[in-house]
Amino acid sequence: MSAPAGTRRVLPRGRAEAVPRRHDAVPKVAGRFLFASDLEMAGMLWGKTVRSPYAHARLLAVDPSEALRLPGVHAVLTHADVPGRKTYGLEIPDQPVLAIDRVRYVGEPVALVAAEEPEQARRAAAAVRVEYEPLEPVVDPERATEMPSLHPPGIAAGRGFRHDPRPNVLRTIVIRRGDPDAEGDVSVRGVYEIGQQDQAFLGPEAGLAVPDGEGGVDIHVATQWLHVDRDQVAPCLGLPPEMVRMHLAGVGGAFGGREDLSVQIHAALLALRTNRPVKMVYGREESFVGHVHRHPARIWAEHRATRAGRLVAVRVRILLDGGAYASSSTAVLSNACSFAAGPYAVENALIEGTVVYTNNPPCGAMRGFGAVQACVAAEAQMDQLAAALDIDPVELRLLNALEPGDALPTGQVVTGSLPTREVIRRAAAIPVPEPEELPRESIRLPGGAGNTTRGEGVRRGVGFAVGFKNLCYSEGFDDSCAARVRLHPDGSAEVDCAAAEVGQGVTDVILQVAREELGTDEVVLPDGSTARVGSAGSASASRTTWMAAGAVQLACRAALEERARRGGGEVEVERVYRHPRTFLLDPETGQVRGDRAHVAFAVAAMRAVVEVDVELGLSRVVWIGTAQDVGYALNRQAVEGQIEGGTAQGLGLALMEELRTREGAILNASFTDYLIPTFLDVPPIVSELVEVPEPDAPYGLKGVGEPPTVVSTAAILSALRDATGRELTRVPVRPDDIVGL
Amino acid sequence: MRIALSVNGERREADVWPGESLLTALRDRLGLSGSKNACEQGECGSCSVLLDGTLVCACLVLAAQADGHEVVTVEGLAGDDGLHPVQEAFVEAGAVQCGFCTPGFVVAAADLLRRNPDPSDDEIREALSGNLCRCTGYQKILTAVRLAAAR
Repeated sequence: MSAPAGTRRVLPRGRAEAVPRRHDAVPKVAGRFLFASDLEMAGMLWGKTVRSPYAHARLLAVDPSEALRLPGVHAVLTHADVPGRKTYGLEIPDQPVLAIDRVRYVGEPVALVAAEEPEQARRAAAAVRVEYEPLEPVVDPERATEMPSLHPPGIAAGRGFRHDPRPNVLRTIVIRRGDPDAEGDVSVRGVYEIGQQDQAFLGPEAGLAVPDGEGGVDIHVATQWLHVDRDQVAPCLGLPPEMVRMHLAGVGGAFGGREDLSVQIHAALLALRTNRPVKMVYGREESFVGHVHRHPARIWAEHRATRAGRLVAVRVRILLDGGAYASSSTAVLSNACSFAAGPYAVENALIEGTVVYTNNPPCGAMRGFGAVQACVAAEAQMDQLAAALDIDPVELRLLNALEPGDALPTGQVVTGSLPTREVIRRAAAIPVPEPEELPRESIRLPGGAGNTTRGEGVRRGVGFAVGFKNLCYSEGFDDSCAARVRLHPDGSAEVDCAAAEVGQGVTDVILQVAREELGTDEVVLPDGSTARVGSAGSASASRTTWMAAGAVQLACRAALEERARRGGGEVEVERVYRHPRTFLLDPETGQVRGDRAHVAFAVAAMRAVVEVDVELGLSRVVWIGTAQDVGYALNRQAVEGQIEGGTAQGLGLALMEELRTREGAILNASFTDYLIPTFLDVPPIVSELVEVPEPDAPYGLKGVGEPPTVVSTAAILSALRDATGRELTRVPVRPDDIVGL
Repeated sequence: MRIALSVNGERREADVWPGESLLTALRDRLGLSGSKNACEQGECGSCSVLLDGTLVCACLVLAAQADGHEVVTVEGLAGDDGLHPVQEAFVEAGAVQCGFCTPGFVVAAADLLRRNPDPSDDEIREALSGNLCRCTGYQKILTAVRLAAAR
């Protein structure tokens, strides 16, 4: 018999001696692991996308004749060749598979070519003649609501959102709680701006589509969610879902940027047209325009508090630039608004958020998903408030910390684990290293190997921030994860789960849970596929470990029960795990309906030490100490890896990462011009894991991927303010912001 | 054009076009997909290989330049008796997440330890600052290189 429901079984901790090494690590270090871009097949053609050079234009004509005459070219496709639905989208199907009569961003796919060699495909793509009539692009999100609509009005209607008839509004949220006009003894205000960050995963978008000879297609692709890919791809191909089989190919990082489709439909269209396998791989520049980005944000905030430091009212207005297509923007906005006040209890709040369509690059999911932008503003406000009240910033945060039993501005009462005070105390207690003596090696100074200072003009700053985010999908999304377990008579087992291994280590979680639940090490896990098992949901929202562990646990226990009932033999079961149900916010008040809009929460606190050369505006992060609410760490090494990697991405947003656009065109779509942190940029990171089990989650675990990214930008910004004495209301912080030229 | 070169100790020949990179030749002509293409500008180090013992980005070297020369890729790092110590250490230290940067890192780290068997943390950071990783924040890669050096 398995353990009775409700009994918490304790997994062996993920210490080196207890948990097998990451099962894909050996093939990865040996260069044997196949990523999507490594796939090939006999008779394979190469696909290439023709993209719009205009941010906004009428599409008048596409002439493939010249391209078709080039050697090795097998097909040139336009929207007329899309046999099924002409548009797709994660939430709202507003994005054309191939542009129909209008293009809305620079890089929008217009036509496809397939050729024998990649170079032939590239030349053929350049030879497709496209006639455009340029239109005025909408590039300023603050003016978008006064410009002509880029999409049919009401495109997001019927989804239970607040009515907002202004042009180009994708969603507006108003959260009103208590008396937002309540006055405090002090008030601090700020206007914050967050630049457009890119996921910049190392493995570019890639996939291989293979026609099955019977009208169907197998698509091997690097993605975050196989089943929702299939559900978008199949209607566009005009095929029933079972004729479109999606298989996970090796994923070279994701961070939200693979939630939306990239090559999936395109490669399949070419493969079905040519009856040949078709591979598509983006180059780095194409990758930058070929996926969604983190929403640029402007945030206006006012915090009112008593003289003693208790928050009285928080008033925030958030504007997100959604870019040309909806992607997951409506959910990103919901998150940004939900966490606008941070992990602090406040009785009175007015939070107004809007996400608009523009002709800028489309935005969607990126690690942190709206909470990153909100945290930058909320924590800057807390620092300002601490300064205005002359209260220690850590004490101010402890004083207002949101804990179980407290309500969010949406009225949702925190019922699960949320050790905000403990996390703050633990982070604050990590000893901060003493300033390093001068002289020292140049790479230990701002400016690094550039050898720009010997220490003159260098000031040290110490900052603190707390990050706060939901776990799992929210607002009524009917989320689930399926797992299938086969028990063989010899005691071994096979587990199927389509949770996408994107580098985070979910396959090791699945194997660890299955081995623990089944009491055997003989467990195999085939690669994820829509042909083998039901949907696992997305590898995102800090949900994957929770949901996959829940599903595998459920299926393993059901399989053991079934075997016990039958008295042995071969057993196969599939089970679907669901987390507690959530509800859409009330469209008028922004208050929660039912008991929750979010499933659960996690909090992280971080202290950052920086050094700034105030003469040159160059910065160096010296040290980071962080504590994170992880519920229960299944694998300590993997959790630390998420904290360290997530922190580095937040560091990037604080100091260097921004997609710059002019008239909607990305100006820095390369690793030469879009800088991500290197080995020299990321400091030592000391992490403490705070373990207070989450009652609604398997084993009490929490997702851990996003909180470090949410908090680190704000913590580093806080340290930069401390070092410079400047307000620094915009990230990434540029040298000019520091030297004040 | 036809080139002949030594790859991981084996004589190989390939038909390449004159503008083709060594990376493309390795991946698409010689079936060695361990070296990764992530930027094609020499910025990320994912395609790091040894050309006559010198660490290079294979995306910045023409295939034609490698004609008559010796190339060692990540596939050639491990010996018959198992993984290279750097590869072992990457596995053990948790320095691998998505793994796309990993082949370039292990080639670059092996090259570092060959030149400098006992590097300081600063030397490790500087030597590997031409290799980008988006997943790990580099801390566990640092641990791995220290571990490999200690052995």
